[in-house]
Amino acid sequence: MTYTNFTVETDADGIALVTWNMPDRSMNVFTEEVMNELDRIIDQVAGDAAIKGAVITSGKDSFSGGADLNMLKRMLGIFHAEKAKDPEKATKLLFEGAGRMGWLWRKLETSGKPWVSAINGTCMGGAFELSLACHGRVAADGDKVKMALPEVKVGIFPGAGGTQRVPRLANTQEALQMLTTGQSLTPKRAKQMGLIHEIAEPKKLVETAKAMIKGGLKPVQPWDEKGFKIPGGPVYSAAGANLWPPAIAISRRETFGNYPAVTAILKCVYEGLLVPFETGLRIEQRYFTEIMQSTEAAMMIRSLFVSLQELNKGARRPQGVNPTKFRKIGVLGAGFMGAGIAYVTAKAGIPVVLLDRDMPSAEKGKAHSDKLISEAVAKGRAKAEDKDKLLALITPTDDYAKLEGCDLVVEAVFEDSEVKKGATEKAEAVLKSSATFASNTSTIPITALAKNSARPKNFIGIHFFSPVDRMMLVEIILGKKTGDKALAVAMDYVRAIGKTPIVVNDTRGFYVNRCVLRYMAEAFRMLIEGVPAPMIENAARMAGMPVGPLALTDETAIDLAQKIMRQTKRDLGDKAVDPAQMALIDTMVDTHGRFGRKNGKGFYDYPAKPAKKKLWPGLKDLYPQKAPEKVDVEELKQRLLVTIALEAARVMEEGIVSDPREADVGSILAFGFAPYTGGTLSYIDGMGADAFVALSKKLRKKYGDQFKAPKLLVDIAEKGETFYQRFDPYTKGEEKQAA
Amino acid sequence: MPEAYVYDAVRTPRGRGKKDGSLHEVPAVRLGAKVLEAVRDRNGLDTSQVDDIIFGCVDPVGEAGSVIPRSAAFEAGYDTKAPGMQISRFCASGLDAINFGAAKIAQGADEIVIAGGVESMSRVGMGMSGGAWFMDPSVGLPGWFMPQGVSADLIATRYGFSRDDVDAYAVESQKRAAKAWEKGYFRKSVIPVKDQNGLTILDHDEHMRPTTDMQALASLNPSFVMPGEMGGFDAVAVQRYPELEEVNHVHHAGNSSGIVDGAAAVLLGSKKAGKAMGLKPRARIKAFANIGSEPAMMLTGPVDVTEKLLKRARIKLEDIDLFELNEAFASVVLRYMQAFEIDPDRINVNGGAIAMGHPLGATGAMIFGTVLDELERRDLNTALVTLCIGAGMGTATIIERV
Repeated sequence: MTYTNFTVETDADGIALVTWNMPDRSMNVFTEEVMNELDRIIDQVAGDAAIKGAVITSGKDSFSGGADLNMLKRMLGIFHAEKAKDPEKATKLLFEGAGRMGWLWRKLETSGKPWVSAINGTCMGGAFELSLACHGRVAADGDKVKMALPEVKVGIFPGAGGTQRVPRLANTQEALQMLTTGQSLTPKRAKQMGLIHEIAEPKKLVETAKAMIKGGLKPVQPWDEKGFKIPGGPVYSAAGANLWPPAIAISRRETFGNYPAVTAILKCVYEGLLVPFETGLRIEQRYFTEIMQSTEAAMMIRSLFVSLQELNKGARRPQGVNPTKFRKIGVLGAGFMGAGIAYVTAKAGIPVVLLDRDMPSAEKGKAHSDKLISEAVAKGRAKAEDKDKLLALITPTDDYAKLEGCDLVVEAVFEDSEVKKGATEKAEAVLKSSATFASNTSTIPITALAKNSARPKNFIGIHFFSPVDRMMLVEIILGKKTGDKALAVAMDYVRAIGKTPIVVNDTRGFYVNRCVLRYMAEAFRMLIEGVPAPMIENAARMAGMPVGPLALTDETAIDLAQKIMRQTKRDLGDKAVDPAQMALIDTMVDTHGRFGRKNGKGFYDYPAKPAKKKLWPGLKDLYPQKAPEKVDVEELKQRLLVTIALEAARVMEEGIVSDPREADVGSILAFGFAPYTGGTLSYIDGMGADAFVALSKKLRKKYGDQFKAPKLLVDIAEKGETFYQRFDPYTKGEEKQAA
Repeated sequence: MPEAYVYDAVRTPRGRGKKDGSLHEVPAVRLGAKVLEAVRDRNGLDTSQVDDIIFGCVDPVGEAGSVIPRSAAFEAGYDTKAPGMQISRFCASGLDAINFGAAKIAQGADEIVIAGGVESMSRVGMGMSGGAWFMDPSVGLPGWFMPQGVSADLIATRYGFSRDDVDAYAVESQKRAAKAWEKGYFRKSVIPVKDQNGLTILDHDEHMRPTTDMQALASLNPSFVMPGEMGGFDAVAVQRYPELEEVNHVHHAGNSSGIVDGAAAVLLGSKKAGKAMGLKPRARIKAFANIGSEPAMMLTGPVDVTEKLLKRARIKLEDIDLFELNEAFASVVLRYMQAFEIDPDRINVNGGAIAMGHPLGATGAMIFGTVLDELERRDLNTALVTLCIGAGMGTATIIERV
């Protein structure tokens, strides 16, 4: 028998080696065809008396990335089409679809022949569930072999037996942790947990797997044996009573109840462990069917999987420009940002010239890389030789002549037009005319800075976020004259350092900072209204934000907020800043000397570690406090999210960002905008633009014009559209215009 | 409509609820049998006339399972015509058993009911009956499950009771209980538990620490820091009450109710039945109510149910002479006093569960008897009995002397 995606070779011992190797794909994934073929292979192995058992492995570097999410998308497409006609039938179809893979793996493990999974590389999602259904599991030893059930990260969960087999193999607590976080396991960890049987040298992987069958591996799973005991003990036992109540509380602590998939995992495991295995599978499929229909799943799959991948692949890169090969990159300014940029560049294996006005400053910038990589080595995340290699790539200097031959220079000097002008001119004097010059400015328009350049076509903004090594988003800012080549080079660079680029047109605050300032401003308004400070911070986190707005202001410094507000007044007039907010910030900085985290005194007090930061009690005395029961927490949550989403809509209206994928992914990566919503615009689309506009209206009436919906949004609402329809990223050619 | 009258109330002493507690050797059912025997023998009761025996029991499993009052009636030698049933409303079960019995009498269905409760915490163990409330994510999340100690700490945090406040209350509870024992205020109701030879096993509440002072209590570490921080329950509390930055953990073994073994029973009957038995009624059940309250804070149900009951029964707070509120945790009582501005001299005047212990299903019937005795001793008229309850509920009963 022949298959498109598999080869089946039976050796002299009667052991079939099933090798998964999809043509035209760099990685194996589950498609309908793959599942149909596996179905036939299971029959073939079971029905052929000459075959004693089977080993399944991959012909590629990795084992498999799991299910093709497009398959899920298609399943949902059929569901929504059918739902309009016959909702009950649609749900039934979805339920059957959800069970397809689960029952297939069940068929494999009850086929009567022993199966062993030989995990040669990354093994994710459905593929790891397939492995768990095999009677034996062997993983190759190596750094690149990772196993995980990561579905929860995109708003769904393992629906092909994962929630049932893991807690029947591993301790319940470890099982819950693995399932609810989607964490990756090394072979060593997987073996410790009881999820795999053996670890083999890569070359002996298949041999070891076959030896398990030759050694008389029983084709029966532990849970199908009489007298099977759950490794973590029964749910209703002393161990269970210690586990479940805190497990439920901790899931609430971590998710604030915003992630239905996490809750569904807990329910699957709890309910599943109380019943026989196959009943557990059915329970899992019922929850999977429910979660598949959730807005959260749809939005998270789109933004955190599909869009993120597309942006990382350079969806917005101009076509027809050859890929850039970076031989040398210059970083101007070895301060905190410049030092961070040098580190991420060297980490990507690119030689860096790190320039500052004198050698000690440049050396200090390089020392930052030493510190970061040394920490990574100490934590086992990097090897000693990685450190030597990385540090050797960074050349600190005070001599502009060393920039000669750089393909790209990133300027991160002091935020002062004159200083930047000098740096640009001195650098361009030694650079080739084809070199790209990028500024990391966060406050000065790129078009203005480009005037300092002899080659404005090659001038672009590459805006990093702090700390550079941890923040995954980079804004690429187009000046008026920025050319396609500079954009392509910038994107290639961001891709080379493993970050995600979004392309933004030139404006004050670009995209991200405009949103963040709105978030902070709304919190200031709440403080002024007398909302108790803990309510503001808690409401923000309950809304899904990783850091409360007051804590965030402390991180970026309150005196910086003061500077920005004063600058805004100078540039745009007194009316551009709310006097009450200005007074709040002035009081904090000028009266109380509270600058933020940097001086240990901000909206929070920062005592010496290990004590935790605590809100400054003096906040209560700044404004008459409202009684907590008079404050609607749900409304606080809405205000914080809506004010950001409205700013994102304005940014779209102004054409600063033109692709909704970039607005969404950017908001999640840069400031952690409630990931369950799928990002700023998906939050609006998920709620429905009309409902969102109605909510904005209500909030505007109560709290002010910051909640005024832009025309574009009102128009989208009136036409019953979504942002993804209006700005369809997949329509080629015609550029859709904002209304 | 007939009214329900109280003819007698008895309880066992409370034994320390551990393996070294004096009542640990006594099976749970025997504790129940002891109070049934006392009710019969003290009143010359013809048990064939008993229409029902209703016992509260919070963990009715193992030896306490299978309708423990029916079993206790067998051991006590009751006439087989006296049926039994077991109920649970967690900590108020004993009081709810009384209310249930009173309702049956008021409705005219029953003439004589024995209502009470039994709990052997040392033999069966707290939480042994399990339950979806705290185990099942489909319930624990919407139900805001938290361990009661964390809820008690949440009450202290939300309503501003410091560690000193709760400790001072605990010291006072110990003092009052010690004085009441010393002066014999409990003599009327407490029946010593004796063995088959008539030898006394326990004749006093053995959980008490009359010499406790602020200094001794200050040395105790708060008990609920671990579940609060490691178990994630502080975060649950803060999400429910986001005006709080954190939970202030103030409760410990010294200012929380003690874990003990014990049983109690109250003899209820109609006026007619009293005459037939030749007994004089001591009080009548004037009104009672139940309520569900906010489940995360869980233990503020007494406040809600008292408001509901006073309104429904058209009784003013000032008309209540004595309040008896189960001392599950010090903050529960402090909050109740704060909410109604109750004079400390009118509530839990003879101490409570912090000193003497809280045998879950039995407590409601025990404190019912305690306050009835005290009304008589002080020659006062009206008392309100109430308890806070797991999962956020409250039960309250008003009695009036006749």
